[in-house]
Amino acid sequence: MTTPLLQIRNLHVRLEDDPSVEIIKGIDLTIMPGEVHSIMGPNGSGKSTLAQVLAGKEDYEITEGEILFNGQDLTELGPDERANSGIFLAFQYPVEIPGVSAMQFLKAAVNAKRAFEGQNELDAGALLKHFRAKAEQINVPFEMLKRNVNEGFSGGEKKRFEIFQMAVLDSVLGILDESDSGLDIDALRIVADGVNSMRDGRRSFLVITHYQRLLNYIVPDHVHVLVNGRIVKSGGKELALELEEKGYRPFGVNESAVAGAGA
Amino acid sequence: MTNLMDKPVSMLDVPVPAGPAWLEAYRSRARSRFPGFPTLRDEAWRYTNITPILETPFQPAISAARDVSADDVQHVRVPELDSSLLVFVNGRYRADLSDADELGKGVVSLPLHEAVRSHAELLEEHLGTASGEHEDPFTTLNDAMVSDGLFVHVSDGARPDRPIEVLSIATRTAEPVASHPRNLVVVGKEARATVLEHYVTLDDDAVYLNNAVTELIAAPSATVEHYLLERESERAFNISTLAIRQAAESVVHSHTVLLGGRIVRNNVTPVLAGERAHCLINGLYVGHREQHLDNAMRVRHAAPQCESRQYYKGIMNDRSRGVFTGRIVVDKIAQKTDAIQSNRNMLLSDDARVNARPQLEIYADDVRCTHGATTGRVDDEAVFYFMSRGLSEPVARAMLVYAFAAEGFDRMELVPVRRLLAAEMIDKLPMARGLSIEV
Amino acid sequence: MTTTEEVARLSHERREYKYGFVTDIEQEFAPPGLDESTVRFISAKKGEPEWLLEWRLKALAKWQEMEEPTWVFLPYGHPPIDYQALSYYAAPKQSPKSLDEVDPKILETYEKLGIPLSETRALLGIEGGPETPAEARRGVAVDAVFDSVSVKTTFQEELKKAGVIFCSISEAVREHPELVRQYLGSVVPYSDNFFATLNSAVFSDGSFVYVPRGVKCPMELSTYFRINARNTGQFERTLIIADEGAEVSYLEGCTAPMRDENQLHAAVVELVAMKGASIKYSTIQNWYPGDETGKGGIYNFVTKRGICKGDDSRISWTQVETGSAITWKYPSVVLQGDRSKGEFYSVALTNLRQQADTGTKMIHIGRDTKSTIVSKGISAGEGQNTYRGLVQMNKGAHRAHNFTQCDSILIGDKCGAHTFPYVDIRNATATAEHEASTTKLAEDQLFYCTARGISNEDAISLLVNGFCKEVFSELPMEFAVEANKLLAVSLEGSVG
Repeated sequence: MTTPLLQIRNLHVRLEDDPSVEIIKGIDLTIMPGEVHSIMGPNGSGKSTLAQVLAGKEDYEITEGEILFNGQDLTELGPDERANSGIFLAFQYPVEIPGVSAMQFLKAAVNAKRAFEGQNELDAGALLKHFRAKAEQINVPFEMLKRNVNEGFSGGEKKRFEIFQMAVLDSVLGILDESDSGLDIDALRIVADGVNSMRDGRRSFLVITHYQRLLNYIVPDHVHVLVNGRIVKSGGKELALELEEKGYRPFGVNESAVAGAGA
Repeated sequence: MTNLMDKPVSMLDVPVPAGPAWLEAYRSRARSRFPGFPTLRDEAWRYTNITPILETPFQPAISAARDVSADDVQHVRVPELDSSLLVFVNGRYRADLSDADELGKGVVSLPLHEAVRSHAELLEEHLGTASGEHEDPFTTLNDAMVSDGLFVHVSDGARPDRPIEVLSIATRTAEPVASHPRNLVVVGKEARATVLEHYVTLDDDAVYLNNAVTELIAAPSATVEHYLLERESERAFNISTLAIRQAAESVVHSHTVLLGGRIVRNNVTPVLAGERAHCLINGLYVGHREQHLDNAMRVRHAAPQCESRQYYKGIMNDRSRGVFTGRIVVDKIAQKTDAIQSNRNMLLSDDARVNARPQLEIYADDVRCTHGATTGRVDDEAVFYFMSRGLSEPVARAMLVYAFAAEGFDRMELVPVRRLLAAEMIDKLPMARGLSIEV
Repeated sequence: MTTTEEVARLSHERREYKYGFVTDIEQEFAPPGLDESTVRFISAKKGEPEWLLEWRLKALAKWQEMEEPTWVFLPYGHPPIDYQALSYYAAPKQSPKSLDEVDPKILETYEKLGIPLSETRALLGIEGGPETPAEARRGVAVDAVFDSVSVKTTFQEELKKAGVIFCSISEAVREHPELVRQYLGSVVPYSDNFFATLNSAVFSDGSFVYVPRGVKCPMELSTYFRINARNTGQFERTLIIADEGAEVSYLEGCTAPMRDENQLHAAVVELVAMKGASIKYSTIQNWYPGDETGKGGIYNFVTKRGICKGDDSRISWTQVETGSAITWKYPSVVLQGDRSKGEFYSVALTNLRQQADTGTKMIHIGRDTKSTIVSKGISAGEGQNTYRGLVQMNKGAHRAHNFTQCDSILIGDKCGAHTFPYVDIRNATATAEHEASTTKLAEDQLFYCTARGISNEDAISLLVNGFCKEVFSELPMEFAVEANKLLAVSLEGSVG
């Protein structure tokens, strides 16, 4: 039997600063290599927290359960070790870093991963070649690499740059945290095309979104509905359409009441 | 000025070479108005204690204890910068080490002591016109001691084919040397010039004072870029004043980077005196150990529709202290002023300290003036972002501290200067060593 | 918002400076001049204990060595103050024991000022329509200070039931000497600065509040200051102590008669917040500002400081400064307790030839302390408005944070707006953010309002009010309404 790429068992998470706030209240999720899963949920359901916990953000405390990546426990690993193991978080709000060019940033990241894997650093020529190939694949103008990381990027550019980074780092699990937020339809399509170009039966994706729209372009194998820190329903891609039609109301969610609570 | 130190000014008693009558008169006027040295009770100097300067028994510029070779010059000048080079060693002009060829038609670039003879009229006309705007005791002291430095005159429409670099090299001397470099840069209508003041040392333990005054006078539509690279010995003192006077539609960019020095004071005082003038004041101060780096900006909008931008950043480590005072003054006449001032500081140690005083003094109503000052650490969100791309925490932090410093480099035209600064930063920031960064 | 008609009516009153009348009562004065005998005179008048006299005399000796500060930014300067020509004590001849004994003329004065000293009247609430929220109709306990003495403190009985002490400081010296002795000068030492030291030597009266452990003060407390006598300075002293877990909200208001000569007001306010306590102090200052040539008006040189002594305590200053010829005050917070919070919300308006140099100091000593500064300056006429503030993070102030926002607007081209913040950071984990802007009223916003049929003056009033909203929302309801009106009136005539 194949080892799951990601296996989450009975995961409970609370805020480190305020232990009275439990955000994730027991999640089980198994992602096999090559699968695309989508987690849908209203604002405040814990979607983004899940993404951040998987990437190793320190503001949260895991009180129960485990996260296995390729059969290995992740929870003790730092964010850099997780990234080097092949996990990639596409941020909902990528941070702008004036003063560091995208090129410098990616060189450092690629070589960090190679060092982690016990390989030699790539020289400048090999890196450039690698970047060019990936830029073409993800449909990112190469010029973007000469700008500072995310600085002055439009919403669409930021999201494209995230996907491009995943391609450059050759990560095997892409966690897309609301990659559709703030994008017009053209930008959305470019982001989706980038993701689809990386679907090769080996890589997996966890697509986190509030709306079904993105899933028209990145078609999931499994859809899970997350409400109040728990997965309340799982199904195939048709579940997303059902949600689109009926909203989260059938799951006891009053959207207007939680709107603005933050994801 | 009030509250000045009541102390005999030995530095004024130092003989300077005699000059023509007008220059003697200029010096003598300065002597008589010298108010004494400032103390901490003086608002403009309340964070900088100059007692260590006053307690040092300075000598006038004397012949160097050891000779400086052409190789030394190559070693310390900005690498790969094709500049017209004027070299001063311990305050004395060294024609033999300089490389100040013709810079093209309409451009005069000379040591000041030569210009006193050859261009007396221009000198007399302009000397003191920009620096008189905002009197400071050290400027007055420099006035009283004016003898050498750089003189640049660019005629209307002319443009030198290379930047002009004034390299002040300090070496260890038997007695501490006090020099008072005086630079006068006059740029004509629609003319263009780039001037770089560069202070370096060959001996890290050399004790000396550079009290420099640069006057920059920009005619209508002139474009001037000025650099101050301060890489003094960490036992030395540097007081630098850049006084700028801008006519209509002129553009002046000033870049200051303070890296060395024990006590450093950097004054930048532009006056936007003609309509639609633009000035950029870009600065970085990076302190460690016991360094004290004080920056005093005073941007005066004296004409309508001018634009000024101030971006100053400080990184303080160990027991160092950074000071930033930035004042925007908007005269009643200066309607439609657009002024922005930003000062950001990063503390890398609990023993480091920052004092920031961002100030606005505004007398016109139709203006848009903002200032912001922040002091903090590396942004944790950014660290997480970098780590989520596989970089270790120390590398992520080092890159971010470097990035904080380097942000202002992009505003500099001269790429060789950027490269030099990147290397200097990596050398100076403790966590940044080993970063491979290209500019 | 305040309508044009209302502004017209109110501003007519202001042109006369509505509060500029003089109350004709028999008063007792100290002879002009200041020396040891003056201090002994004041202390004897009040029947003070020896320790307090000693304290005053120490202050006097210190003051005699001090010089008036010169660092204040006053583009118009001010004529020198002759401290020997002032009288340091003025009091109504009869000192009242109860409301019935208060000189009817004084009661009338406070009625005119809109400060009801009669408790029944106050209980019925302040003038307000039926839509006035219930909260605004709550009783407000008032301590009225007339020149040098407190003439009446209302609601004392009711407060007593809750355990709250609210009385004049003279009374507190008699009734609660241990509390006064423990805290007087503990936040603002007698040697603090020229004007605070002067106040320490000659302070005549003021308010005293003590809220015991765990008590939430059941009503707003308020002091109303009134300068009446000619050639007198007013030197009141206020001391507020909130014991562990206590809460109190305190308001002060000020007016003075219209006189051609300048009058000096040099008050000291000290606040002490113990563990978990919260003190909110609001001021509406409408001293006589002088006329448009800069003649007359109050010199408002005040020292206000609070200490968050205990962990998790909080002190909040809110001020609306529209009066005085010169204002010189920096209500400050010393954040000593861990996780304590300091706040400063200020609107300062200068019109005519008024000069204001005001702001705050936030001194962070404890860990995880937070301070917020919101300052709104409005300059009109020939007014000169300066924000001056200090944010200091000491070595032990781990993770302390400050946010400062300082905005100024200029109305007309003869005024000035200035910002002089000082930031001093000595801890690498502390963060401070300072933002400031100076602009004129946005023309597009003005146009938008006038395009909807709002008159230019109303639109300005509306926009200025919006500009100040963040600060007004910190005021107790009835004061917010008052502040809004005051602003509209103070601005009137400043627009061409």
